[in-house]
Amino acid sequence: MLRGLRQNGCRNQSGGESLEPLKPISPLARVALGIAFFVVFLGTWAWVTGSGLVQPLFLASPLRALSAGWSLFAEYNFIGDIGMTVWRVLGGFLIAAAIAVPLGLLMGAYKGIEAFFEPFISFARYLPASAFIPLLILWAGVGEAQKLAVIILGSVFQIVIMVAVIAGGTRMDLVEAAYTLGSRGRGILRRVIIPAAAPQVMEALRLVLGWAWTYVIVAELIGAQSGIGHMIMDSQRLLDTGQMIFGIVVIGVIGLVTDYLFKSLNRRLFRWTAL
Amino acid sequence: MNGLSIRGLTRSFPGQGRAAPTLALQPTDLDVRPGEFVSILGPSGCGKSTMLRIVAGLDRPTTGSIHWNGQSVTRPGRERGMVFQSYTLFPWLTVEQNIEFGPRERGASAAEARDIAATFIARTGLRGFERHWPRQLSGGMQQRTALARALANDPEILLLDEPFGALDHQTRELMQELLLEVWGADRPEQRKTVLFVTHDIDEAVFLANRVLVMSARPGRIKTELSVPLSYPRDWMVKTSPEFAAMKARLMSDIREEVRRAALG
Ligand SMILES: Nc1ncnc2c1ncn2[C@@H]1O[C@H](COP(=O)(O)OP(=O)(O)O)[C@@H](O)[C@H]1O
Ligand SMILES: [Mg+2]
Repeated sequence: MLRGLRQNGCRNQSGGESLEPLKPISPLARVALGIAFFVVFLGTWAWVTGSGLVQPLFLASPLRALSAGWSLFAEYNFIGDIGMTVWRVLGGFLIAAAIAVPLGLLMGAYKGIEAFFEPFISFARYLPASAFIPLLILWAGVGEAQKLAVIILGSVFQIVIMVAVIAGGTRMDLVEAAYTLGSRGRGILRRVIIPAAAPQVMEALRLVLGWAWTYVIVAELIGAQSGIGHMIMDSQRLLDTGQMIFGIVVIGVIGLVTDYLFKSLNRRLFRWTAL
Repeated sequence: MNGLSIRGLTRSFPGQGRAAPTLALQPTDLDVRPGEFVSILGPSGCGKSTMLRIVAGLDRPTTGSIHWNGQSVTRPGRERGMVFQSYTLFPWLTVEQNIEFGPRERGASAAEARDIAATFIARTGLRGFERHWPRQLSGGMQQRTALARALANDPEILLLDEPFGALDHQTRELMQELLLEVWGADRPEQRKTVLFVTHDIDEAVFLANRVLVMSARPGRIKTELSVPLSYPRDWMVKTSPEFAAMKARLMSDIREEVRRAALG
């Protein structure tokens, strides 16, 4: 009895402690809480639409959205749209990374190169990529080149600046250790700055890939014949909020999956950071 | 002229904003013969690291000259190896790869580098840790690896800046004996030249042929004593009367400087 009471007492106490700042919670509790939010969210959504509080014209119910999704796949080749969008994001993102990562590394390593590019790039990265769409259509038409250009424009300057900051912050004591081991200029870049920066650079790329998803949809809302953004635009014409919502959710899910893949790739590539 | 030769070396650091510049080293002269083991003692902030970094080529003197084996020192080079007090292993390389860094950088093949690394892994007692990442190692093991990494490059002079400063007392004593062993206490003809900075008097005397005491900032060499103990040495010498006499002498010298440093 007494023991039971005391244990109970302890549990109460630890229950109170879980609200203490920075105190970790158990993995099980973490998953349960994460799922709980989705349940609350879906419940609220179903209630708002089911009770007639909101007209179906403006917001479809969760079930409507799901069945609209089904017909998208079955009748409208939605897989093709998804493939198109993924390809545009990855294409634009990879081109941007191929330009920006080397440039950022050079800027971080060599202060002269940094002084040359940094002011312009700091300015350019505040130019909103979406505002360039009309201009890009004028230059490149409404084909794939224009879509890729939007994503490249939106990502490249961000990546350059982030990579330059990361490379510039390489631990000086490691650079000095390499010097005393006989390294010179290029060797320092290749064997110290790049490997030291690599994990954070990959994290920066993961972040920018998330942003690239928002640019591609904007690019597809205007002047596109395919893609998730184009489908959402079409659905608006048909006043099909179910399809629109389903499209938005699909974007979220793909983003979540790529993010997860990216994270696990980073963990595999840079096991030493996790120690 | 062979060995290390320092003449009229000074270093002052520009002050921040309108502050006056900091004079870290007063004109300093020093000669070290090849194969000699010299310890440098001094209160913290007296310019010991500054002097070592200048010899390594990581920093430039304000005035004066440094020559190693007759060559003027203007930049880092692999003939002058260094071990730092802070842990500076490359965290993305394993113990083995860290030790291979120098040989690889001078163009050794993968097989050659692995052979060299194996030799120094054995010599520094790192067997079984080849595949560990630096973060998985204790401080003592990390400094062993740093020492092996410097030695694998076959430097002519070793610059050691309080390499055992962050280690506990027992580990430290083990590392001192290890250092004497790899230095070549029992192989006089193969000895490397060593400049060893420390603020531990026992350590300075136990290791060196010669002990220098630096004054409080701005640093200069205040006292210079030869250590009348023969190699090889083991920890027992720390109980000998000669050792105690040296220690007493150095202690009074240093106390005076530490007091001056503390009073500003
Ligand atoms: N990069 C630097 N910039 C300005 N002052 C420095 C710099 N490095 C060292 N100093 C100053 O020079 C003096 C000697 O430093 P240091 O050589 O590190 O001393 P020690 O190694 O003997 O403790 C200190 O007062 C320190 O503040
Ligand atoms: Mg120091």
